[in-house]
Amino acid sequence: MDYARSDRTVPLALKILVAGGFGVGKTTLVSAVSEIRPLHTEEVLTSAGLDTDDTSGVEQKTTTTVAMDFGRISVGSDIVLYLFGTPGQDRFWFLWDELAHGALGAVVLADTRRLADCFPSVDYFERRGTPFLVAVNCFDGEQRFATQAVRNALDLDPDVPVVLCDARDRRSSKDVLITLVEHVMDQVARTQTPASVRSW
Amino acid sequence: MTSNERAAAWWDRDAGPVVRPYAMTGGRVPAAARFDVVATVRAAPLGGALPPDLQPEHRQILAAARSPITVADLAAELDLALGVVQVLLHDLAVQELICLHEPGRASAVPDENVLKAVVNGLRAL
Ligand SMILES: Nc1nc2c(ncn2[C@@H]2O[C@H](COP(=O)(O)OP(=O)(O)OP(=O)(O)O)[C@@H](O)[C@H]2O)c(=O)[nH]1
Ligand SMILES: [Mg+2]
Repeated sequence: MDYARSDRTVPLALKILVAGGFGVGKTTLVSAVSEIRPLHTEEVLTSAGLDTDDTSGVEQKTTTTVAMDFGRISVGSDIVLYLFGTPGQDRFWFLWDELAHGALGAVVLADTRRLADCFPSVDYFERRGTPFLVAVNCFDGEQRFATQAVRNALDLDPDVPVVLCDARDRRSSKDVLITLVEHVMDQVARTQTPASVRSW
Repeated sequence: MTSNERAAAWWDRDAGPVVRPYAMTGGRVPAAARFDVVATVRAAPLGGALPPDLQPEHRQILAAARSPITVADLAAELDLALGVVQVLLHDLAVQELICLHEPGRASAVPDENVLKAVVNGLRAL
C-alpha cells in the first residue's frame, strides 16, 4: 500500500474558464476541444425581501440550478485541463468565484453584434487578476471586426490578447486555448523578471 | 469537537424549507469553504466495515473514488449537483473515509515547464 507514491501519480489538474454572454458559443467551444459532460450545481440564493414594505427582515432562500459546460482534456500523461463554461450573468458570480479560485486563466468569448455582453466578464477577470484573453466568435464570418476595434471598445490593457475564432472549429478553439496558455507564460515571465533582477 | 459540531460549524443549516436537491443532505447546503472543484478525492483504505448510517450517495462516492477522481468529475459521473457533492464529501472527510488532495492554491500559476507541456500537449491534440 504505497499511498505516497500513488499521490504523486495524481495528474495535475488545471482549470480554464470559458465566459461570455448568453448564446455567445461557450458550449460550442468547450465541446469542440474536449469531451464535454453536463455538470450542474444547485445554488442557494439568499434574497432579503426587496419590497420596502417588508419590515419582517425574513430572508428567503431558494435554490437555482446552474448548468455548466464541463470539459476535460488530457495533455500528456500527467496534466489534465478542465474547462468550465457557465453563464455570464451577474447573479452567478458566486459560482465564478468558486471556479476561478486558482484557475490558470479564462477565455472571454465575444460576439461583435453584442459586444457589451462580455463587459461583466472582462471586468470580473480584470478585477480578480485572472489572466484572460478575448476570443471573438465569428458567427458566419460576417463580423470580422478588426481586433483593434474590439480592443478599443472593451478598453483592454494592451497585453490582453484579442483573437478571432470559430467556436465550432476544433482547431480554431484549440488555438484559442494555446494563445491563452502562452499569455499566462508571458505574464509569469514578466512577473518573474523583476524578482530575478532583484536577487541578482 | 465532535463530527456533528464540526458539521454544524461548517454548514449552513438555516436553509429554510428543504429544497429538492438538498433533500439528500438533510437540507444542509455548502457553506463558504468548499473543496476546490478540481481537488482530487480518493477513498481511504478501509480499516473495517463502512459505517452503517451512510447514505447511498455516500457509498456511490466512495465507489467512484476507489481511484483518484476530482470533485467535478464525481459530480458529473454520479449526476449529482456540485453543491450536494460538496456536502457529502464533507461528511466523508469528517469520518476520515476519504483523502483529499487539494491542488496547490497558493502557487496558482504552475511553472514554465508545466505551461510548455500544456502548450505542446494542446498542439499535439
Ligand atoms: N454560425 C455560427 N454559429 C455558432 C458559432 N458558435 C456557436 N454557434 C451557434 O450559436 C448558438 C449558441 O451557441 P452555444 O454554444 O450554445 O452558446 P452558449 O454561450 O453556450 O449559450 P448559453 O449557454 O445559452 O449562454 C448555437 O446554436 C451554436 O450552434 C459560430 O462560430 N458560428
Ligand atoms: Mg451553453
